[in-house]
Amino acid sequence: MSEEGVRSQETGDRSLGTRRDLLIRIGAAVSLAAGAELLPAQEAQHVHQAVAQDKAAGPYKPKGLTAHEYATLQRLADLIIPADEHSKGALEAGAADFIDFLCASSDDMRDIYTGGLAWLDEQMKHRYNGKDFLGALPAQQTAMLDLIAWRKNESPELNPGIHFFTWARRMVAEGFYTSPIGMKELRYMGNSAMAEFSVPQAALDYALKRSPLV
Amino acid sequence: MLQITRSPQVFDVVVVGSGAGGGTAVKILTDQGFSVALLEAGPMLNPAKDFKEHVLPYQVDHRGAFEHAEMYFGRQPKAFGYFSAPNGNWTLPGEPYTVAPGSEWRWFRSRVIGGRTNHYGRISLRFSDYDFQPEDGLSDAWPVTYDEMSPWYDKAEGFIGVTGTKEGLRTAPDGNFLPPIPPRVHETLIQRSCRKLNIPCIPSRMAMLTKSIHGRAACHYCGQCGRGCFTASAFTSSQAMIFPAMKTGKLTMFTGAMARELVADGSGKVTAVSYVDKATRTERQVRCRAVVVAASACESARLLLNSKSPRFPDGIGNSSGMVGRNLTDSVGYSASGYVPALSGMPRHNSDGIGGMHVYVPWWLYGDKQKDFPRGYHIEIGGGFEMPMLGSFAGQCARHEGYGKALKDKIREEYGAFVHFAGRGEMLPNKDSFCDIDPQRVDAWGIPVLRFHFAWSEAEIKQVRHMEQTFASIIETMGGQVMGRQAEPQRAISTGGMIIHEAGTVRMGSDPKTSALNQYCQSHDVKNLFVCDAAPFVNQPDKNVTLSIVAFAWRASEYLAEEMRKGNV
Repeated sequence: MSEEGVRSQETGDRSLGTRRDLLIRIGAAVSLAAGAELLPAQEAQHVHQAVAQDKAAGPYKPKGLTAHEYATLQRLADLIIPADEHSKGALEAGAADFIDFLCASSDDMRDIYTGGLAWLDEQMKHRYNGKDFLGALPAQQTAMLDLIAWRKNESPELNPGIHFFTWARRMVAEGFYTSPIGMKELRYMGNSAMAEFSVPQAALDYALKRSPLV
Repeated sequence: MLQITRSPQVFDVVVVGSGAGGGTAVKILTDQGFSVALLEAGPMLNPAKDFKEHVLPYQVDHRGAFEHAEMYFGRQPKAFGYFSAPNGNWTLPGEPYTVAPGSEWRWFRSRVIGGRTNHYGRISLRFSDYDFQPEDGLSDAWPVTYDEMSPWYDKAEGFIGVTGTKEGLRTAPDGNFLPPIPPRVHETLIQRSCRKLNIPCIPSRMAMLTKSIHGRAACHYCGQCGRGCFTASAFTSSQAMIFPAMKTGKLTMFTGAMARELVADGSGKVTAVSYVDKATRTERQVRCRAVVVAASACESARLLLNSKSPRFPDGIGNSSGMVGRNLTDSVGYSASGYVPALSGMPRHNSDGIGGMHVYVPWWLYGDKQKDFPRGYHIEIGGGFEMPMLGSFAGQCARHEGYGKALKDKIREEYGAFVHFAGRGEMLPNKDSFCDIDPQRVDAWGIPVLRFHFAWSEAEIKQVRHMEQTFASIIETMGGQVMGRQAEPQRAISTGGMIIHEAGTVRMGSDPKTSALNQYCQSHDVKNLFVCDAAPFVNQPDKNVTLSIVAFAWRASEYLAEEMRKGNV
C-alpha cells in the first residue's frame, strides 16, 4: 500500500523508534532529572523487561472451557475475524485464549460462553441432522451466523443466539485487535518515544485533499 | 473511654489531602522551612509499581479486563481502567455516601498520595476577569480579581509547566507558557472547520512538559499520561511536589489516615486533627498550629461539618451556614463523528501527549443571541489511538455481521473518528448542596455526606447549544455525527460525573454569606484554611486544577507570612 514507509520517511529522523530505545531514553531522562524523586533507571528497565521479550508461545490449554467448547470458540473466532491478504485472523491471534482465560476467572463470563455455545450446538443439531457446530459444513455454520449476527433477525427463537453472538463478536474483535497480530493489522505505531512530536506531511495532505476544507 | 493517641510533636501545619491543593501547600510550606504533617486517606504512591504507561494490552493475560473480567460487567476496580494510574473510584469499599430522593449525583473519590493529579486530564486554563467579577449578576463576585490572581497563575504555570500560545482572548487569558504541540491531522481539520464557522480553535494548554523544567524531563510523547508518567513529564502533585518535599526533612507523612474531625480549643482555634488510622482502626490526633484542609471540595465540607462542638454547633467555620452549599460540577456533553477524509490515511504515530493538542475556548462572551447564560469550552479527541478493550465495541454494534466485511470496516475506520466534549459553566443554585446524612456512618464511624443536586434550565439549554455546535464542526469537515442524539435533558452529564466539584466552602468578602476570605482562610477560625476547589464561588468553564494550585499557592504564602508575624 502507498502509505507503507511513511513513518520512516517522514518521522524517521525524529522518532526514536523501537521500544528498547524508548526504555533507554527514559532511563537517560530519569538520570538527568536529578533532584526529583523519580524512578531509578534500572527499575524502569525492570518494569519494562516484558516489553522487550515476546511471550513464550506454547500451545494454549483451555482453563475455563472444555476442549469442545474451546474448539468451537476457535472456529467462531476464525469466522468473525478471518485471515485475509492483510493479516492473519483472530484464530491465529489467540482471541479464543483470551476469552477462555476470562471464563476461567469469571463465573459470569463462563456462563455467557458455556450457555451460548450449548445453544449454538443445540440449534445446529436440530437443523442439520444431529451435527453440532464444529461437525457441520462451513456453509451450514455461516448460514447459522447469518441468522444470529444481525439484530434485524430478533425473534424469541433466535434472541439467545443473537445475544451470545454480540458478546462473542465484540470479544473476538477486542482479543484480536489488542494482540500483536491485530495491532500490526491496524498498524498502530504509538506508545514509543519521539524527541519531538510531528505529523507526516503526506498524511496531512491525504486528509486535506479528501476533505471539503482545502 | 477510648484512648486517643496524640502526636508528641506540634507541627506548624497539618495538611489534609495530597492532591493539587494539598501538594501545593506541602511544597510552599516546607520550602519556607515550616514543619508539615500530611494526612492522606490512601496509601503511598509507588510509580515504579503503579504506573503502566508503556504496557501494551497483550502483555497482560486479561488485556485490561481485570483479573475477573470486571470491565465487561461494569464493576472495574479502577474507574478509568486497568492501565490507569492509581486514582480512586465511583464507589469505595466501606465509604458510602447517599443521594437525596429526587437527586442524581455521582461522587468520584481518590485515595492515594497525589490524589486525582496522578491521572487527571491536565487541562490548565486560567479563569477570566468576568469569572471572578460576573457582569451578568447571576452569581456572586469573588473577593479577588483576575489582576490580583494573575501573578499566582504565573507561579503555578511556571512550576507545573503548561503548554500554550498567546492568543489575546478575554475568554482564555494568556499565561506563562511552554511551547505548544503541533496539531494532529484530525486536529488540523477541526481547526479549519472551526475557522469556517468563526469559532476559535487554539493550541491546548496542558500540564505536560514540551521542554524540561525543574529537573523533570521533557515529554517523550508516548501518549498515555493518564496512566502516570515515570519521567514526571506530566504534572502530578505526588512526583512534582510531595516527593521533593519528603527530602527536605520538614515533611512527616501519615498515609491510610482518614481525617475525622478538626479539634478546636476554648479560643476557637484548631489545635489538632483527629484521624482514623485505617490499618489499626484506632483514632489518633496530630497536633498543629494551623491546618490546611485540601481533601477535595465535598470531603473538605464533610470534615468541617463533622467538626462540631458547643462553640461550633453547625460545624467548624460554618457560622455563615455556607459549608456544603453552592455545590457545582461542570456541565458535560459529548459527541463523536466519523470523518471519511481521515479514512485510510497513511499510518503514523499520532500519540503525542495524552490528550488534545488543540481546543476551543468559549467564543460567545457577551453574545445577545444565545438563550443561555455563561459558556463552555470544547475538548477534542481522535487519532490512531492504542487499540484497547472497548475500542471496537461501537463498531461491532454498528456494523454487525462478521467476517472479512467487518474486518475491512474496522481497518478503514481506524483513526477516522473525532470526539468532542463540552465542559460548561453551571450556575450555583439553591437545590444543589451536600449535608451530613443523619442516618449513616462509614466503616470508620464517620457520618457520611448526603447529596442534593439539580441542573437548571440554563445548563440544559447550554447542552443543546453544544450539540448543535459539535454537529456543525463535524459536518463542515465532511463528517457524520455518530449515533442518535438524545434530548438535552437526558444527554447532559449526571452531576458529579465530570469530577469538577466546587463551591462547598465558598470564599467571599462578607462573613455572613461566605465561609472563607480571599486567602482561603476561615472567617471564623484564623488558623483554618481550605485549599481545593471548595472555596470557588462559581464553576467557570475552565477546569479547576490550575486555579486550585494558584489559590493554594497564594493561601500558603499568606499563611506562612501570618505565622511568621505571629498572627496565626
